[in-house]
Amino acid sequence: MIRLTKVCKTYGDPSEGGARAALSAVSFEIKKGEFFSVLGPSGCGKTTLINIIAGFVKPEAGEVLFDGKPVRGPWRDRIVVFQEHNLFDWKTVLSNVAFGLKAKGMPAAERGRTAREFIELVHLSGFENVYPSSLSGGMKQRAALARAMAVDPGCILMDEPLGSLDSQMREKLQLEIMALWEKTKKTILMVTHDIEEAVFLSDRVALMSKAPGRIKQIVPIDIPRPRDASVKASAGFQALKHELSEKIMADS
Amino acid sequence: MKIFKKLLPFLAIIIVWQLLCRLKLLNEYLLPSPFEILKAGAALAKTGELFLDLFESVKRVLAGFIAASFFGLILGALSGYGRRFSDALLPVCEFLRPIPPIAWIPLAILWFGLGDRPAYFIVFVGAFFPIFINSYWGIRESRLMHLNVARNFGAGPLIVLTDVLLPGSLPRILHGLRIGLGLGWTSVISAELVGAQSGLGYMIQANRIMLKTENIIVGMITIGIAGLLMNQLMLLLEKRLSPGRGDTIRAAE
Repeated sequence: MIRLTKVCKTYGDPSEGGARAALSAVSFEIKKGEFFSVLGPSGCGKTTLINIIAGFVKPEAGEVLFDGKPVRGPWRDRIVVFQEHNLFDWKTVLSNVAFGLKAKGMPAAERGRTAREFIELVHLSGFENVYPSSLSGGMKQRAALARAMAVDPGCILMDEPLGSLDSQMREKLQLEIMALWEKTKKTILMVTHDIEEAVFLSDRVALMSKAPGRIKQIVPIDIPRPRDASVKASAGFQALKHELSEKIMADS
Repeated sequence: MKIFKKLLPFLAIIIVWQLLCRLKLLNEYLLPSPFEILKAGAALAKTGELFLDLFESVKRVLAGFIAASFFGLILGALSGYGRRFSDALLPVCEFLRPIPPIAWIPLAILWFGLGDRPAYFIVFVGAFFPIFINSYWGIRESRLMHLNVARNFGAGPLIVLTDVLLPGSLPRILHGLRIGLGLGWTSVISAELVGAQSGLGYMIQANRIMLKTENIIVGMITIGIAGLLMNQLMLLLEKRLSPGRGDTIRAAE
């Protein structure tokens, strides 16, 4: 579904000698319906990776294929859920969730109905007419997820979606993301620096190293599904978490 | 109760002031008593002179403010949207901005003579920069923060403008308009002090020559109240037009 081949990206001006490789020959493939995470320290180029797949940034070399076609720019078949500033704070939850549908050209009555369905899916019913400023961080991200899901994208790209939440809220949202993914079977690519989060949610985890950003290894997470919070205490989970953190430590 | 709390310090000042006058501790030519000022105000209001001057000043500030809003909004929005515009306009604006509106009065009188036109111009100079700068930042900020989300959903240019850029920058734009109107108001008074034959600025200046100190103070109080009312009106507009936020920008002031 998503295939990256030797994708490279440098930031800064090479003529001034300030060039810095953000991504160096990154290759991997994500299967349809898969939950795939990219795990790495901050500054390793994870966000650049998301921006390239989303089409906001062009790679200098290499190829990004989505559904077999090269990515040429942003489009609603690849929706990004950012860490912050997702929602339009002058729109209510309902019109935020309906925004993508409006952009799609869906008639008003129908988009209201569809938006409400997805608001219910993320358990925000009752908050349709509330502005984001009065929502908690977790509720904001749930609304952003509903907006992403509402346009029925081929995949969802999550850039540290839980990065600005406190640890309790993170755990809660992890379960929600898991449930959403199981219900909708969307392909999800998530970048994160949280090992536990990556192991808990993913089918496979790609380990990324810093400067230049490259994929060191892709680790399959063979913990059976459905998973619930109790999985985190199991020996298998702990072992995987330990293994991944050793590998990441070895890098830095 | 709340309004009483706000009025209390004024009341205290007035009582002490009146007392000092009563005890002949203040020179009445330099600072007449509140009672005298009230009497003078009532007389000026009765003949209608005061309202005529107020009307003249308000007319001038509105004309200059509307022109400043028109150019400030358009140029500011363009600068916020495109690098080419901001590269051309920002340095010039940053240079002109620290020159106070009063410093333009000599040129304004040379160019436009006395009367309404130099006042329009001075108001324009005073109001333009806050409107321009806030429109620039408003559009720029909402472009950087929200444009990618809009593009991600495949929104066309019209929806980007009406649903994202304009509403996203509206609180800041309204903030700029309010500051602009406030500066425009202080500017029109300065302009009228030297370059006009009517208006509140002219009125206080003319009364100084006639040594009618109580009238000067009536004029000053009128200027203050009118400015306060305009500010409150714009605040109300800000609240109405930016649901769910507005407060964020005022809180950051």
